Amino acid sequence: MKIVVIGAGIVGSLIARELAKYDVEVILIEKEMDVGWGVTKANSAIVHAGYDDPPGSVRAQFCAMGNKMYTELSEELDFELKRIGSLVVAFDDEEIRVLEELLKQGEKNGVPNLEILDRDETLDKEPGLSPSVRASLWAPTAGITEPWMVAIAAVENALDNGLKLHLDEKVIDIVVEKSMVKKVVTERGEYEADVIVNCAGLFADEIAKMAGAEYTPIYPRKGEYILLDKNVGNLVKRIIFPTPTDISKGILVLPTVDGGILLGPTAMDLSRDRKRDLATTREGLKEVMEKTKKMVPNIDLSYAVKTFAGLRPESPQKDFFIKASEKVWGFVNVMAMRSPGLTAAPAIAKYVVEKIIQGDLKINLQKKEDFNPYRKGIIRFAELPLDEWDEWIKKDPLAGKIVCYCNRVTEREIVEAIKRGARTLDGIKFRTRAMFGRCQGGFCMTRILKILARELGVDESEILLKSRKSWLIDGRVRE
Amino acid sequence: MKNVDVLVIGAGAAGMAAALAAAEQGAKVLLVEREDRTGGILNQCIHNGFGLHYFKKELTGPEYAEIFREKLERSGIDTCVEKFVLEVDVKKREVIVVSKKGIEKIHPRSLILATGARERPFGSLLIPGDRPSGIYTAGVVQRLINIENRLPGKRALILGSGDIGLIMARRLTLEGMEVVGVVERLPYPGGLLRNVIQCLEDFDIPLLLSSTVVEVKGKERLEEVVIASVDEKYNPIPGTERTFKVDTLVLSVGLIPQVELVSDFVEIDRLSKGFTVSNTGQTSIPWIFAAGNSTVIYDLVDYVTYEGEIAGRSAVRYIDGKDVGKAKVSVEVRENIGILFPKWFDPLEDLTMYIRVKRPVEKGILIVEGVLERKVENLVPSEMIRIKIPRNRINASERLKVSIKEE
Repeated sequence: MKIVVIGAGIVGSLIARELAKYDVEVILIEKEMDVGWGVTKANSAIVHAGYDDPPGSVRAQFCAMGNKMYTELSEELDFELKRIGSLVVAFDDEEIRVLEELLKQGEKNGVPNLEILDRDETLDKEPGLSPSVRASLWAPTAGITEPWMVAIAAVENALDNGLKLHLDEKVIDIVVEKSMVKKVVTERGEYEADVIVNCAGLFADEIAKMAGAEYTPIYPRKGEYILLDKNVGNLVKRIIFPTPTDISKGILVLPTVDGGILLGPTAMDLSRDRKRDLATTREGLKEVMEKTKKMVPNIDLSYAVKTFAGLRPESPQKDFFIKASEKVWGFVNVMAMRSPGLTAAPAIAKYVVEKIIQGDLKINLQKKEDFNPYRKGIIRFAELPLDEWDEWIKKDPLAGKIVCYCNRVTEREIVEAIKRGARTLDGIKFRTRAMFGRCQGGFCMTRILKILARELGVDESEILLKSRKSWLIDGRVRE
Repeated sequence: MKNVDVLVIGAGAAGMAAALAAAEQGAKVLLVEREDRTGGILNQCIHNGFGLHYFKKELTGPEYAEIFREKLERSGIDTCVEKFVLEVDVKKREVIVVSKKGIEKIHPRSLILATGARERPFGSLLIPGDRPSGIYTAGVVQRLINIENRLPGKRALILGSGDIGLIMARRLTLEGMEVVGVVERLPYPGGLLRNVIQCLEDFDIPLLLSSTVVEVKGKERLEEVVIASVDEKYNPIPGTERTFKVDTLVLSVGLIPQVELVSDFVEIDRLSKGFTVSNTGQTSIPWIFAAGNSTVIYDLVDYVTYEGEIAGRSAVRYIDGKDVGKAKVSVEVRENIGILFPKWFDPLEDLTMYIRVKRPVEKGILIVEGVLERKVENLVPSEMIRIKIPRNRINASERLKVSIKEE
């Protein structure tokens, strides 16, 4: 039995890891140079409580459940999860009415401990909010994480349990014979498959078309963000949402797991031919600045270290599309993973493997007896107690060599990231947080370039930022 | 645990001068540097123009650094490289450092912060567009070319006409890259006039004033940069866009003093964003001193050296119990002052002020109320004025109010 998962975003990665629990050959194919670099990389990084989704929707089915699963998942896979809670803030009567609806909806979806707070209670929790706030919906189970790290951790754990991973390899065709999936063809090779799980994010509709399977058209919805450095201080301690509209959850202010503040996203619908348009815009960034300042007036944009945009895979029905194809046996769609895709992903992974592959497709999978559910993250020495850190340095001096000054990342962490598969500067950045701080690599980029070249045994000119043509160096000054 | 009289953090121009000056007064000095060698940013500034004030001759950055490095070696000062300061515990007067040898706690009687500055990164400019490779700060390009022997690309645009931007325009051209222009949002250049002439005019590189970058394009490597003219409030004027096909964008958009290590308890100056200090280099915490670009961004390394020396000897004077900071008065910003250093005047030292105007002044008067009036000419924010006033000319009971009035 061979199962090919297309797309190593958070959904594909967690499905691959779920499949690694069974005695089956699993191949994960990703077009980018690293794991979690599509939709997974650029979103609000929120594990949602689950009150936003209309009862009866597929989203509602998986969101609250996924939220609950995150605690155990974060312990097994050793990624950061902070259940800091979220506040939806209301500024007028109409918005307060929406809060009440959200509360009812949340209770129907099984979201625990929701509570409507009055003005004073709200400001007690978040003194940085605008004093004109009138009420808020408090959801203590909401949390934040690093979405790419969830995907990286899941893949590392799956690799440890037998997964075969193919990065930087684009799927160009899917061979179907007698209405059954047969092969996945990539630009580098061919992979026989009994089951194909389509987790190709923004491009999932195109993959489904290759197989002649059902699909829902995927429309990119752009969200622009501004990231503030951690030195901006405790602007807010929780996730702050405006009252949602029909279109989106609005533009938020929230802490990141490493102490920064994230502002965004906008919601701009793009045509289907703009799935690679990750450009920020003047209007978008302006909207982020204006709307977040209304909720949290003391936002100081001089602390901005980065702007970026992400695309959410939206579909006409505004809901996840998760089912086995009725036209092509063995083809499973897991697409249109708009918000709350990150939250729902663990629940979806379990559902796809247990209910679709084993249930609908009636494939009998045997559990592995020796599956190891645990993965250890790269040790962040600067977060350890000093005596423990000191012991590590005695064992490996590189644990005492700080490479990234802003986020205090040591050379040992960088080397470890390379051992675990980082090949590019962004690969190092997302695994270690080096170059993620206030200088954005100004001090350490050239040093990391050299460490990468040394460890990979290549010339520095071959090191890339993130993709095949994103070279950093173009020639020597003197031969 | 280690006890020293003076601990100096950072072995760039300020730190080396401070350490040497403290040691000359007989103190036991420890100098720690996080890079693998002393000298700081001077090591990669291989152009000349350093030392005209201090040494009365023209040196390159590495030559300037080498003189101090040799002095350090002769002085017997304990100098540690690849040693990173993790924390300053102000209550315990304890400094925690990490290196390949392990974690160490140091108890200094006085501390000198010579932590320098960092470059403003691209992300902080909120410029819309893609996020390709090929966008570098000038310091990174300077390091790539001068130290690593590597070129960043073939065709470059430079944003920001500060001195580093101008010098890099010349450097890239000399090394065979094509520099299509230097973009500056102000109506006048940001760097020294001599650099505009020697780095741009001599090489026919266009200086595009009152303009800024409004978009960067390129999915993987940088492909295009769009610039536009700006109005008085620096907002781009629609319809003035121009596109440059370049694979490299070099940013010289300002330096930010590095204060984060102690910014929870050491006062930061509102204008310079550096440590507020008196003319002795003393910060708001009496046993902590600071010098160099961590206090204010200087035009010349020579000035950094002077201020480093003052901080070094003042730190020792403080340890010896000689009333440092007991009788200081504030130096205050009045009309048309963009940057003013120092924040306090301590009568133990002469007062050397470093000033940047807020707006250009063709002819004006620099006024230190009740102390000094001096005619000034052709002042621009990019050029720092240095004024030295002997301490005996100042009545140290009154605040000093500084302004520059146009004539």
